[in-house]
Amino acid sequence: MLNEIEKIKTEALKQLGGTDNAKDLEAWRVKYLGKKSPLTQILRGLAGLSIEERKAVGAAANQLKNQLENASTEKETSLREAQLKTEAQKESVDISLPGRPYPAGHVHPITKTINEVSDIFVSMGFQILGGPDVEWDYYNFEALNIPDEHPARDNMSSFWIDAPSGEKGKQLLRTHTTAITARTLENYEPPIRAVEVGKCYRYEATDATHLNIFHHIDGIAVDKGITMGDLKGVLYEFARRYFGGERKVRFRVDYFPFVEPGVEMAIECTVCKGAGCRVCKNSGWLEILGAGMTHPYVLRRGGIDPEEYGSFAFGMGIERLPMLRYGIEDMRLFYNNDLRFLRQF
Amino acid sequence: MKVPLKWLKDYVKITLPVTELAEGLTATGLEVGEIINTGGAWENVIIGEVTAINPHPNADRLKLATVNLGKEQETVVCGAPNLNKGDKIAFARVGARLINPETRKAEELKAAKIRGVESRGMICSERELGISDSHEGIMVLAGEAEVGTALADFMGDTVLDIDVTANRPDCLSVVGIAREAAAICGEKVNIPEIIYEEVGEPIEKQASVEIIDSELCPRYCASLITNVKIKESPAWLQERLIACGQRPISNIVDITNYIMLEYGQPLHSFDYEKLKGGKIVVQRAKDGEKFYTLDGEERKLTGDMLTIRDGERAVAIAGVMGGLNSDVTESTTSILLEAASFKATSLHHTSRYLGLTSEASMRFERDIGAGLTIPALKHATQLIAELGGGKVAKGIIDVYPGKKDPEPITITTEKTERLIGVAYNSEQIVKALTALGIECKAEGAKVRATAPYWRSDIKIEEDLIEEVARFYGYDKIPLTLLGQEIPRQDPSPEINLKKAITTSLAGMGFQEIMNYSLTSLDMINKVASDPDTVKPLRLTNPMTADQEYLRPSLRGNLLSTLAANRRHEEGGVALFEVGKVYIPRKNDLPDEPEMLCGVMNGDRAERSWLGSESACDFYDVKGVMEGLFRQLGIDISFENSQDEGLHPARQAAITATNNGRKVKLGVIGEVHPKTADAFEIEGTVCLFEISIGAMLPLASQVKMYKPVPRFPSTVRDMALVVDTSVTNQQILDIVKGFKLISEVELFDVYAGKQVAEGKKSLAYRLIYQAPDHTLTDEEVNKVQEQVTARLAKELGVTLRK
Repeated sequence: MLNEIEKIKTEALKQLGGTDNAKDLEAWRVKYLGKKSPLTQILRGLAGLSIEERKAVGAAANQLKNQLENASTEKETSLREAQLKTEAQKESVDISLPGRPYPAGHVHPITKTINEVSDIFVSMGFQILGGPDVEWDYYNFEALNIPDEHPARDNMSSFWIDAPSGEKGKQLLRTHTTAITARTLENYEPPIRAVEVGKCYRYEATDATHLNIFHHIDGIAVDKGITMGDLKGVLYEFARRYFGGERKVRFRVDYFPFVEPGVEMAIECTVCKGAGCRVCKNSGWLEILGAGMTHPYVLRRGGIDPEEYGSFAFGMGIERLPMLRYGIEDMRLFYNNDLRFLRQF
Repeated sequence: MKVPLKWLKDYVKITLPVTELAEGLTATGLEVGEIINTGGAWENVIIGEVTAINPHPNADRLKLATVNLGKEQETVVCGAPNLNKGDKIAFARVGARLINPETRKAEELKAAKIRGVESRGMICSERELGISDSHEGIMVLAGEAEVGTALADFMGDTVLDIDVTANRPDCLSVVGIAREAAAICGEKVNIPEIIYEEVGEPIEKQASVEIIDSELCPRYCASLITNVKIKESPAWLQERLIACGQRPISNIVDITNYIMLEYGQPLHSFDYEKLKGGKIVVQRAKDGEKFYTLDGEERKLTGDMLTIRDGERAVAIAGVMGGLNSDVTESTTSILLEAASFKATSLHHTSRYLGLTSEASMRFERDIGAGLTIPALKHATQLIAELGGGKVAKGIIDVYPGKKDPEPITITTEKTERLIGVAYNSEQIVKALTALGIECKAEGAKVRATAPYWRSDIKIEEDLIEEVARFYGYDKIPLTLLGQEIPRQDPSPEINLKKAITTSLAGMGFQEIMNYSLTSLDMINKVASDPDTVKPLRLTNPMTADQEYLRPSLRGNLLSTLAANRRHEEGGVALFEVGKVYIPRKNDLPDEPEMLCGVMNGDRAERSWLGSESACDFYDVKGVMEGLFRQLGIDISFENSQDEGLHPARQAAITATNNGRKVKLGVIGEVHPKTADAFEIEGTVCLFEISIGAMLPLASQVKMYKPVPRFPSTVRDMALVVDTSVTNQQILDIVKGFKLISEVELFDVYAGKQVAEGKKSLAYRLIYQAPDHTLTDEEVNKVQEQVTARLAKELGVTLRK
């Protein structure tokens, strides 16, 4: 009897080894593990054997049954895997074909720049404020220590609006967002930290580096104890975050009627890294912004006592920033709105 | 301001290399834009003397000039009208690089045959040498020029081109720059003493000055020089003017220009003989008075302009331009020389009004102060006596009604530290101010300073603090980050909303664009949606008709951008812009509402090998808006709308409910075919236009969360046949009224053979859901029957079998 079990084992395993499809596997199962299989017959016939024989044969038969069942499951798994592999091959794709298009638009590079620059200042505690494009002479000039007939007005030739004058003078398109600073100082109590972004307009011929409509960002900080060191620190931090920490920054004397002392900040040329090139006119430096300690006249106009509060202010053109970062040579590209240009951002 | 180094060195010892000097000037506020080496390009250009002139054998207009070059001589062809034997000239040898007078680009000079005569070299004009634009004749050098030496050795110099800020008119002069250079180099400025001989009668006996409008003329000084000969200036003077970018004219004009460049004080020379009664009267013009300026133009003056007059008439517009009637000419022998101070703002107004800006008016406008008059006048007088051979009358006239003693200003160490963040002590402050020519004295922690007469810009303590900071260098100020508490920050809902819209639309395939806010009337009329809209805001001084009006709508430029891109874009184009429009208001600044506007045209999806092409229509733009508002969490409805710019039967208004009140947010639709035609855009153009301001309160609202259903829902489909005039909205309004129906989805619309004429079939999927139990079939069936009954009753709906 034990011999017969051994024989079934040898035969069954041999045959299973040669099975290579599900149908044959099923037939094999019926033949060796089915109700009419010799092994089942042996197990059924156990009752007729002596106790000793029953023990030995029973153990051997059950062991074989388990072994064959496991072998069959294993075979089934391996057959299924093989089949999946074959079928998957039939479903192969050309990975170089373009994907099914999903819409992907782009945000305008100037919007991106405004958001990025504002975020840097917001993270330093500045609040974003706005103001009107059409402005009173008072906020654009007068309150900023630029009275009528001041030569600084010549550098900011204005577009005037065909509308009646008011108490605050004539209406014009603001020439700088510093006009919003004048409003901020009037409307808020210190401490103040604010940045103001928007379109500015100047009566000027346009070329690759000058537009008559462009964007500016201005900033103002007013608090007790603010010094020129803070001005330098905040603006250095801005330059570091926008242009990267390896870029050198320099501060020079400059003049703007609404600050005293006046400052100009330049960064090492992004093109030649300071060696001198066409972009930086061989100076190695690019002027990025104008700044200074807010003029006491301007603070007083805003109802702030300059003896009690320190304050710095700054202003810069927006378009120049992406021009330097991406190597754009013509400012007009931003407003030609050619999709072949805009899609690159 | 162009500053020749040789000239600068007359007043200050320059101890630094020129590049370091330039850096120092730039750091302290005088930005050196360029360092020009004049003569650097004059290789192979040498000084020659014309020794013989012969006619050209084959050309009447050309001559053959023989030029002595010292060791050798050359005969070259020359066509200049001012070729004279004995003149010293600049001779370019073959190989010199000269400016081509036509192309204005540098070219190498080659030997050439001109009308059959070999010419090896050339006699140069100023334009060819890059000195000036002059090309009427050859450049004639001063007699002392040494034959055979390089032109660069004779005329070359290093010139600093400096951008002077509006607050420093004193630096629009070589002496002013010398003062700054002295502070940088740690040297002293040395201005030579002016000595000249005075003869004859005192000036007061021969001339008089009266200032009537003294508020416009704080000071008027004059000197008188007789027996003057008008002639050419000497070479050194001409060269300095040329190096500063000015053209030499004659000795008197050149001297006044030279002194202006030296001190920054403009001067004016009158022909004394032409001044009626030898009088100078400073007075406002008569309103409407006509006056011929020395450029020959007739000017109409107004009563607010200051004139210089003689006993009878105006002889100059003060500080702006002299008159033909008193101008110095070749026959002039006596000069009355003016050095005056005029009110800056009045002068600015006059020069702008007349369109006459000059080097002189530019200096006066910047308020040069009254103190420069005397030194400038004295040096000019001396030069006229010296170079014009004149006799100087005894004394000078100095009428000074605006005389004020300079007010001392106190600068404290405390304020300096508070502003700059660096604790300078009073010795350091005194050292800095003294180096810059500011007289001062320390009194403990205070320093009392008096601004010198040439520093009209120093008025308050902060001005002095800047002087201290710039003397020690801005680079020395340590970087600190605001250490104070962060002020209260308020949220910026409008900025956040605009960011959300922009990001969302870009995610849906729209390209953000940005247009100028100025536009043309033509563009405005092309898209005018309502003929009754208020007139757009106009500029009084537009530069071009393209930018004459402030845009009342974003539509025009957006459609124009679409049309422009259509020249190179195939397939679908989807654009949007977020920006202000400008609506005039009475007696106030205009309203500037922020708008969102977008257009779609062509394929609805990007072309692909996987898809089929189809053009976008009304339902695309509606879908985009539904998606956008879903993302923003704003519930919207669509209603009938009448926008003249849109297709009359394919447009809708977007509305929403805010605090129980219905508000219109904007419109969507297909652009009216007429408008699309006007922009030459083919195919359907879809448009949306939304008011950001109207969205704002809705976008900022916080909506309470609804629990996720705990019990399963039941789905029922329902196919309806209705008159074609019945809208989806009418059906939804009824169906959504049933409490147990949580969602209604339209999944098919059909009109055709399967349904009767004038009818259409609509198929809906209804989702039934109860919050507290699982619905039974009976419950659902009961409601479904009620729904169909109401639809049948109210809209004549039948069920499609």
